Amino acid sequence: MGEDLDKLKIQVNNLNLWYSSFQALKDVNASFKERLITAIIGPSGCGKTTLLRVFNRMNDLVEGVRVAGTVMVDGINVIAPDTDLMTLRRKIGMVFQRPNPFPLSTYENVVFGPRIHGRAGKNELDDIAEKSLQAVLLWDELKDRLDKPALSLSLEQQQRLCIARLIAVRSDILLLDEPCSALDPQATQAIEELMRGLKNNYTLIVVTHNMQQAARVSDETGFMLLGELIEFGETDQIFTRPRDKRTEDYITGRFG
Amino acid sequence: MRNPRRTEKIAFFFLFLATALIVLPVGLIVVSIVRKGLPAISWQFLTDIPREGMRGGGILPAIVGTLYLVLGAIVFALPIGLFAAIYLSEYAKDNVLTRIIKLAIVNLAGVPSVVYGLFGLALFVVFFRFGASILSGSLTLGIMVLPIIITASREALESVPQAFREVSLSLGASKWQTIRHVVLPNGISGILTGTILGLGRAAGETAPILFTVAAFYHPQLPRSIFDQAMALPYHLYVISTQVPNVGDKMRYGTALVLLGLVLIMNSVALVVRFRFRKRHRW
Repeated sequence: MGEDLDKLKIQVNNLNLWYSSFQALKDVNASFKERLITAIIGPSGCGKTTLLRVFNRMNDLVEGVRVAGTVMVDGINVIAPDTDLMTLRRKIGMVFQRPNPFPLSTYENVVFGPRIHGRAGKNELDDIAEKSLQAVLLWDELKDRLDKPALSLSLEQQQRLCIARLIAVRSDILLLDEPCSALDPQATQAIEELMRGLKNNYTLIVVTHNMQQAARVSDETGFMLLGELIEFGETDQIFTRPRDKRTEDYITGRFG
Repeated sequence: MRNPRRTEKIAFFFLFLATALIVLPVGLIVVSIVRKGLPAISWQFLTDIPREGMRGGGILPAIVGTLYLVLGAIVFALPIGLFAAIYLSEYAKDNVLTRIIKLAIVNLAGVPSVVYGLFGLALFVVFFRFGASILSGSLTLGIMVLPIIITASREALESVPQAFREVSLSLGASKWQTIRHVVLPNGISGILTGTILGLGRAAGETAPILFTVAAFYHPQLPRSIFDQAMALPYHLYVISTQVPNVGDKMRYGTALVLLGLVLIMNSVALVVRFRFRKRHRW
């Protein structure tokens, strides 16, 4: 399989995180490989979303948050205080639980990032919009009504649009925080299909409480419990031969 | 003994009654002012200076004076109020001090307007030596409407979903870019509503301009912001109580013009709001 040749994209070492006095992450160590889908599973409140939000420093928005350890992304420690958050967040995009397009047109949503980051002319923006929408398989559906409000799209289309918005700013890591929890099973399947396709060009990390989804879509899986990363490995192994009793209890539905 | 259907009917009745009680007086006021004031409205009334000891002629100086005062107040209060609202809603940490400041601003909106008048007299007229002038009056009215604009704008900005800010930041936008491109466009409606309220208040108040700008009788147009000026509310007060034998027509005509002026200014703000929404397609 040549797994050893896979390049490590994100390396997490001894990561600890506190919200004021509450410790949300405890000594997390993990490596995320480039151009794979890694799933993080675990019960509510286990810290999986917190971990995701460490990568693009969205936890900074929470008052009283403290972080220790290192998170190397392409060899750069993003936890360092002097990290340029604007560059970091362009590189590491995030898809949220509820599709959250801006109340603008479809077109304006896609080009929001490039427009803000400046310098792109009209033609260039049009080009970016087309390529980004093509990447999420929305172009053919929407190319004739790009000026329609994004909020009038279906939830699945909105979620695709949110992914297109990241592609437009040339993110190369996509963090997906329960991206399908607001979607029906069919839309979920479509988004999962899209994720598999995106794997060719992007590194995806998906947080989900849906174990079937993790099993279906991911290459590697981490199981978290009460702020600790209990087990991390190939998805097949985690779901068929878990090493830790707690992992086994969780995936067999004994709690969660 | 509870009967939900009857409770529902009673609730509906009282809620409807309350609404009717608000609409009815407003309607009566407007109807009576229009009915008694409309006969006074003529080209001469709108474009002439007062004559015959304010018993005849027109009210042009008062119209122009009020326009200047309201414009001056908004030019002064809108930017400051908006910036303060942005600071309070987006930058200030949520602590005791911030909450006290917010509460103080809300309370300022309830301070009697005559107090603002005295304050303007002491600060602008006397201390800064602006004298009784359009400048002093505008600044006083501006300070009076500041709390209205700040509070309405702050609430408008705070009602913009947090998720919008998160998405914008997660796309690599800076805080200011997020405010400029996401928060402000989505809050503009509420900001303009606050400004409209401020406009109406500034146009209609008598007390704040009493000591700071208003002239009893000054039958010419102001030439600079350091001039005294007549103003519609004060003129209305004068011809209603200080000058004997002024016809009903003159008084209601003046009231109608004041009402119309506020209405026109509000409509302009509404159009601006509509345009803005259209451009943002939501």
